[in-house]
Amino acid sequence: MQTSRLPAYVDILIIPFLNLLTALFVAGIIIAIIGENPFTALSVMLKGAFIYKGGLGYTLFYTTNFIFTGLAVAVAFHAMLFNIGGEGQAAMGGLGIGLVALSLGGVIPAPFVILLAIMGSALFGAFWGVIPGYLQAKRGSHIVITTIMFNFIASSILIWLLAGMLMAPNQMSPETVSFADGVMLFKIHEILNSMGFSVARSPLNISFALALLCCFAVWVLIWRTRLGYRIRATGFSTKASTYAGYRPEWIIILVMAISGGLAGMMAVNEILGVQHRVILNFTSGYGFTGIAVALMGRNHPVGIIFASLLFGALYQGGAELDFEFQTITRDMVVMIQGLIILFSGALAYMFNPILERFFSANTPQKEMLDG
Amino acid sequence: MSRNNLLLIVGVIVVAAVIIFNLDMEVADKEETVSLKPAVVFDMGGKFDKSFNEGVWNGVKKFTEETGIEVMEFEVTNETQREQAMRRMVDKGATIVLGVGFAQADAISKVAADNPDVQFSIIDVGWLDAPNLRQYVFKEHEGSFLVGVAAAKASQTGKVGFVGGQDIGLISRFACGYVGGVKSILPNAEVYENMTGSTPAAWNDPARGAELTRSQIDRGADVVYHAAGGTGVGVIQAAADAGKLAIGVDSNQNGLAPGSVLTSMLKRVDVAAYETFMDAKNNAFTSGVQVLGIAEGGVDWALDDNNKSLITADIKSAIEKAKDGILSGDIVVHDFLADQNCPY
Repeated sequence: MQTSRLPAYVDILIIPFLNLLTALFVAGIIIAIIGENPFTALSVMLKGAFIYKGGLGYTLFYTTNFIFTGLAVAVAFHAMLFNIGGEGQAAMGGLGIGLVALSLGGVIPAPFVILLAIMGSALFGAFWGVIPGYLQAKRGSHIVITTIMFNFIASSILIWLLAGMLMAPNQMSPETVSFADGVMLFKIHEILNSMGFSVARSPLNISFALALLCCFAVWVLIWRTRLGYRIRATGFSTKASTYAGYRPEWIIILVMAISGGLAGMMAVNEILGVQHRVILNFTSGYGFTGIAVALMGRNHPVGIIFASLLFGALYQGGAELDFEFQTITRDMVVMIQGLIILFSGALAYMFNPILERFFSANTPQKEMLDG
Repeated sequence: MSRNNLLLIVGVIVVAAVIIFNLDMEVADKEETVSLKPAVVFDMGGKFDKSFNEGVWNGVKKFTEETGIEVMEFEVTNETQREQAMRRMVDKGATIVLGVGFAQADAISKVAADNPDVQFSIIDVGWLDAPNLRQYVFKEHEGSFLVGVAAAKASQTGKVGFVGGQDIGLISRFACGYVGGVKSILPNAEVYENMTGSTPAAWNDPARGAELTRSQIDRGADVVYHAAGGTGVGVIQAAADAGKLAIGVDSNQNGLAPGSVLTSMLKRVDVAAYETFMDAKNNAFTSGVQVLGIAEGGVDWALDDNNKSLITADIKSAIEKAKDGILSGDIVVHDFLADQNCPY
């Protein structure tokens, strides 16, 4: 990470805010060119993400996906491993849930099925992370190449199963039959409605809590345990790690297992939370977006929560744009999302020199120290 | 941090919040008092896919042009949005929601069950059951049979090809009807069948479509029929480049390479879309499964200025004869989906 000569609050608050504003400004120009009022569009986007009926629920639902995949990328990144196989690991996680839920659903009580299914998703995802991890650690095959290829393998396995032996009869989609009754996670709106609040329907379910729990667990793991220290040490220098007696190859494999497990748990939200059956393409690119989330969140769980929230809001608010304006198509929405990623991810440090000049001119030296 | 900086930050945030939330509050949930509010949810291909979704869009456009009634529309980008889009349409006051494609079956059955007062309709689905849901199924095998007859008549080598999109039962149904049509004319004809892939990406891979077509042509095929959505553009291009004939699908693709497209198997999804909204407008909406075959005008073959010179009197009379045979029941085209098997 680039060391900044700026006060911390500038680095954490003002710079992302400026980047976001720049992105919205450029997007606004384009919206104005196609003949819509950019301020109206922005307000629709924000209200769609947070205020409209069910909007916040959808935003947090997407956020949950991004937290899992973002954490997966971040954990691996602390060991300097670039895991871009979140997509495949999540797909395998979905398969894990499916196999548990379809074989045990209705046989043993639903809560146990759910518990086992969640473990199944983490195990299958972890397994799909361990193989590239092993190949990296023991055979030197580059993790970027292997993880991206494992995405294709996972996708092919899922296609083969869903279009073959797991496919539900009497219909055309490559998907399994629905899980047994009760094998699903509680929806947040159902819980709140039963407590007397009136909340609009949304796919948000208790896996959001699981995601936050994982954030905390990752924070503890990376910064408060010996293993976390070893992971970071291996990330900084494999040689030093070897010298310290940490056996970096095992750390690589372990990190990939954790990373894959986290990515696999994304399927808990999609499959166990919403679809209640295994479908093709439920990963919808969340695994790849997780990379952007982790980069924006500076590989820190708290940063990842906020970055996930931003991406969740973009997904949901973007959909609302498409609903409200006939002229704004989904491709425009992707473009707006792309601009925001560009300015807050790739060009994240664009404003640093300007702000550094501004703050070094205005701030006494000692105040910079508490930043 | 200094007080000035803090004030600056707070100021910026407050101003931004005010701008964001007060600029235009009335844009949300604009309610209109129109008795009919139709809505359509396109699938991942998008409404300009030159194929299935675009066919629906043509029907929607025709409805809007004739009646002046605006149709709300949405193109989904991920799995969750199918159900969300339908619920959102209902929330916005839609009185009839049209789903496009079998992938939306699960979403529409859930939303239809929760909204008994709203009418729903879906294309390419025939296995659901709800009192407020109309389903359209096409007899693609019948239309494919007709173009199979045309292919056999036009072929000089006695070898013809078929390029499918995603390897699913629906496309095998096209293939099987086609083989049936070919073999009804040339019992010993060879039919090369290739599927582009097993994922939805197979619907939009013109390069691979062209490659498969070239390989079939190398093996002697001189007429190639495609049922592959956007991939078919490559099929038609490759056939035209090689001086051979292609057969289009879904919409009339004769004009894509005039003189090289023998004919097109028309699957009138536009009719289904138009009919859905028209029936809703005229209070004639019915639920249940609508099966559109040759008799109902749901599938057909295309003859226009672009392929007039290719369709000789002999070919035309053979197709018409097959069509009459299907209409009268003398020819029963085998439906692959009935037993997952092709007897031809």
